Amino acid sequence: MPVLCSSCSEKRAVLKRPKTGHSLCKACFFWAFEEEVHRTIVAAKLFRPGETVGIAASGGKDSTVLAHVMKLLNERHGYGLELMLISVDEGITGYRDDSLETVKRNQQQYELPLKIVSYEELYGWTMDAIVKQVGLKNNCTFCGVFRRQALDRGAIMLKVDKICTGHNADDVAETVLMNILRGDIARLRRCTAISTASEGDGVVPRCKPLKYAYEKEIVLYAYFKKLDYFSTECIYSPNAYRGYARTFLKDLESIRPSSIMDIIHSGENLSVREGVKMPVQGTCSRCGYISSQALCKSCVLLEGLNRGLPKLGIGKHHRLHEKILSQQPLTEQEERKLKSVDF
Amino acid sequence: MAAPVAVHLEFGGGAELLFDGVKEHHVTLPSQSEPWDMKQLLVWIQRNLLKERPELFVQGDTVRPGILVLINDADWELMGELDYQLLDQDNIVFISTLHGG
Repeated sequence: MPVLCSSCSEKRAVLKRPKTGHSLCKACFFWAFEEEVHRTIVAAKLFRPGETVGIAASGGKDSTVLAHVMKLLNERHGYGLELMLISVDEGITGYRDDSLETVKRNQQQYELPLKIVSYEELYGWTMDAIVKQVGLKNNCTFCGVFRRQALDRGAIMLKVDKICTGHNADDVAETVLMNILRGDIARLRRCTAISTASEGDGVVPRCKPLKYAYEKEIVLYAYFKKLDYFSTECIYSPNAYRGYARTFLKDLESIRPSSIMDIIHSGENLSVREGVKMPVQGTCSRCGYISSQALCKSCVLLEGLNRGLPKLGIGKHHRLHEKILSQQPLTEQEERKLKSVDF
Repeated sequence: MAAPVAVHLEFGGGAELLFDGVKEHHVTLPSQSEPWDMKQLLVWIQRNLLKERPELFVQGDTVRPGILVLINDADWELMGELDYQLLDQDNIVFISTLHGG
């Protein structure tokens, strides 16, 4: 016995929304999904007319849906934005080269300009080469840090005013959980922000229009709209810490679907006790990028790679940064600590 | 005795990798006395189609959380999930959401 759409009461419902429990037909689902993103954008004042916005596109489900919906809403509601696609090539054979083909198809399908920046040209290191040196345990740290900066560089090359990424509700909730599990108070306080402010040279403000969109709905939107996206797990990610948070979150969602929104809500309303030591924002002494330490994470990781000391960026070795900046040699003991790698 | 049931199965979102990369499968479930339901279909799939790492597809009696199931293009949550009784020519889609975006 088919369930009728709770919105139009005419057509057969095709999904049950985890957020609200409502059953919607295809057309009403598309409308609800798109208009919710529109409300998110308007309520948080994410864009201003005339701005150029870079959509971070990987060819995956979130960024493909983001590109599709941004273009649609820009036209439907007259945002007055100039949209572009920015893609990062981390140099992961068999994963990124395939998904980049998808982005190139997206470029044609949505008729948007595309800029691809690669780790190879920016840092002289592909992820394939990094994993060979670092192993399979902490490689995601390198990739995430490098990608953040790579997106900024691409955005500056394209002269965009803002970047938007396809992070969805599940991603944000996972990040909240991860920061709690790791005791990272500073990140816990920042991680639910829907947009970052523009802080310093070389940093382009970025936002997450899909912040309140459930991953399930993104996948179903893409499926019903027959959007072209690439779907494979990154070959280097199986041991990523986020995987644990993700599994936990999925189990929670299956018992109580509103958990995802509720976790985000908890994260948004946390306040930090007085007297808790928080990092102060400054700039990197070497490259000028935003940083809370003398050297930004990107410079530290790169230094570690170039010197054959893969653990330099992993773990807390802040005291050694001064030594490295001033080009002082490290003691044998210090070198040994930084060389050991888990595979 | 119920007649054999022909169903079209589709695997997407990366789930197809557990089935030798084959996305579409046309299968005929053998006839049996009670009607086939989704719970039994999952067991059948695990036994007859799943090529590797069952823990990535099933968890206990049901699919692994993060795998969406559509029956004739509708969310299986609307159709009774595991209790839904299969009809001849039904189209079942399994989409994995567990990958980068």
